[in-house]
Amino acid sequence: MLSILNKIRRTGHLTEAVEADEQVVKLGKACQREIAVSFGGSLAIRMVDAGSCNGCELEMHAVNNSFYDIERYGIHFVASPRHADMLLVTGVVSRHMQAALKRTYAAVPAPKLVVAMGDCAANGGEFGVSYASCGAVENVIPVDAVIPGCPPTPLQLLQGILTLLQKKP
Amino acid sequence: MSGRQEYTVTSGKVVDLKAQLLKQGLAVESAQVPAGPVLYLEVLADDWGRVARVAVDLELRWSAVWGEHHSPQLLVTSLIAGCDGHILLRTMVSENQSRLPSQTPYFPAANRPERHLQDMFGVQFVDHPDGRRWIRHQGWAEGEFPLRKDFPVAGNPAAETPPDCSYTFEPVTGEGVYEVPVGPVHAGIIEPGHFRFQAIGEDMLYLEEHLGYVHKGIEKLAEGRDLAGLARLAGRISGDSSVGHCWAACQAAERALGVEVPARALYLRAIMAERERIANHIGDIGAICNDVGFTFALVQGSKIRERWQRNNATVFGHRLLMDRIIPGGVCCDIDPSYMPTLRAEIIEVRAEVEELMPMLLEYPSLQDRLRTTGILSPPYPPYDTLEVEVPAYIDGDVAKRTRVRGDEILISLTLLENLLENLPAGELMVDCHNTGAECDGVGLIEGWRGEIVAYLRLDADGKVLRYFPRDPSWLNWPALEELIHNNIVPDFPVCNKSVNGSYSGQDL
Repeated sequence: MLSILNKIRRTGHLTEAVEADEQVVKLGKACQREIAVSFGGSLAIRMVDAGSCNGCELEMHAVNNSFYDIERYGIHFVASPRHADMLLVTGVVSRHMQAALKRTYAAVPAPKLVVAMGDCAANGGEFGVSYASCGAVENVIPVDAVIPGCPPTPLQLLQGILTLLQKKP
Repeated sequence: MSGRQEYTVTSGKVVDLKAQLLKQGLAVESAQVPAGPVLYLEVLADDWGRVARVAVDLELRWSAVWGEHHSPQLLVTSLIAGCDGHILLRTMVSENQSRLPSQTPYFPAANRPERHLQDMFGVQFVDHPDGRRWIRHQGWAEGEFPLRKDFPVAGNPAAETPPDCSYTFEPVTGEGVYEVPVGPVHAGIIEPGHFRFQAIGEDMLYLEEHLGYVHKGIEKLAEGRDLAGLARLAGRISGDSSVGHCWAACQAAERALGVEVPARALYLRAIMAERERIANHIGDIGAICNDVGFTFALVQGSKIRERWQRNNATVFGHRLLMDRIIPGGVCCDIDPSYMPTLRAEIIEVRAEVEELMPMLLEYPSLQDRLRTTGILSPPYPPYDTLEVEVPAYIDGDVAKRTRVRGDEILISLTLLENLLENLPAGELMVDCHNTGAECDGVGLIEGWRGEIVAYLRLDADGKVLRYFPRDPSWLNWPALEELIHNNIVPDFPVCNKSVNGSYSGQDL
């Protein structure tokens, strides 16, 4: 146990180190201001993988690590769509996920935002429309913003969320 | 790490299988052999089950099965592995009379892959113990087979595909038995799939997986692509194994076309493959611990992973190393100015892992049971000239599985040092010229989850006729159903994470 406590002490605050990374902080703080105005300081995101290769999920995990720590700006991921302000959808929508995505969308209380993350969700990417895939997310549910990239980097993800928040009337 | 309890995997030889099958008249040799380090035999459809019995008696390992439609025939190919390499067994059935004995009675691993074949090609496995569909939900009709050549890639989908409510799960009945349906949309940041638990109190009696939700038609989409397009697609079969799948697909193509990849390119591929292995192992070690509430490990694991991925972006140009491997070689190089960074990074991560693993291994909540796995394939270049240690333990629990990941990180770091030290000079790629004739090849890459298989058949113009990628998850997922018995419901997440099957890799 002592060794663990020691390791924690020596690791220190990684998040502070990134304060030097102006981009993350600038984007994060800008998000925080928008979230304060429109969402009472807290933006709850429910993610749905509708047919991704899991690359986007890896980067979504990354924005939660100590370096980006987007929760400090009021952005957090929730387990239930009923608790969510925003759906963050990855992948093309596979035919086998079409009903599940629509049901998840229906379960998010209005007003709701939908973000299509990654090239697949934005425009079909490498998979497009086929017997197995409905293609882009907007072919299945209304989309408010797209974040291109394969996969989008954590910074692109943050930038995409900010752009949408600033666009919101 | 001290105290390693060695587990030796026993396995027969595929040369013995070949000799036995020829002797018993169950198979014949052929002049048309797919390219790759594999033996090859042709089998009569009626003997398809019998050859599996001979293989299981020799303690061989079943690796994969795939189909091909050459109207009016359906070709079915099984890949069997031994300690001395691999053998391909191929048979043929008529598309109208497509009955074939199943290999599942001898190799349970063949269960879902054969049902995939049944759904995608319409092969009927006559004595299969489980006749249910597998990959097909409601996306296309019963009796339609997407991988037959007369099925259009666009298919004939309904405007709205209904949810798959008619799939029947094995019922478990009795006083106090209750059922928990989970998914396809899960609570966390994770891929979709359905789990059906039957439990009494906290004790889990039975778990059944229902996958196929992220079926994107990858095998069908590959058809007609050129090799560059194939490599891009392969890199997106499972985003966490982008290097592994891309390399396997390119290796299959290069073997089929008889292309020799430059030594420097092979080394760079191996460096990226090891970087992918380490990123996933370190991330998963943290995530496994986090699933029993030990966030310290998650913070430490994701710290190392994030720094590692940032260096991927700086040195190789992509955080997940996607699209760096191309047919014939690689499209990136290591700028010499980065060499000191890469070497220092190895030393730093080794120190971190050597410090962390003993801390984590002392944590008692990781002691859940898991079945032992772990067989390494024969090496391919550049690994054929490198010494690779394979950690394996007798105990099959989560703790040991986590420990294997830790061991592999250290071994992989040493490999990386070796690869960087001996990185040959020279070309980064060669052209993959068409041979002007139809050709096929097999790619085999040891990904971080296990053996990745790629089968590729090219037409005379070098376009893809058939591509089958077999992610190791096909073989890992069923293990989760086994190892979950007698565990409590709250331990499901950690058991699941310790296997960490790819949904996308198996759903295709």
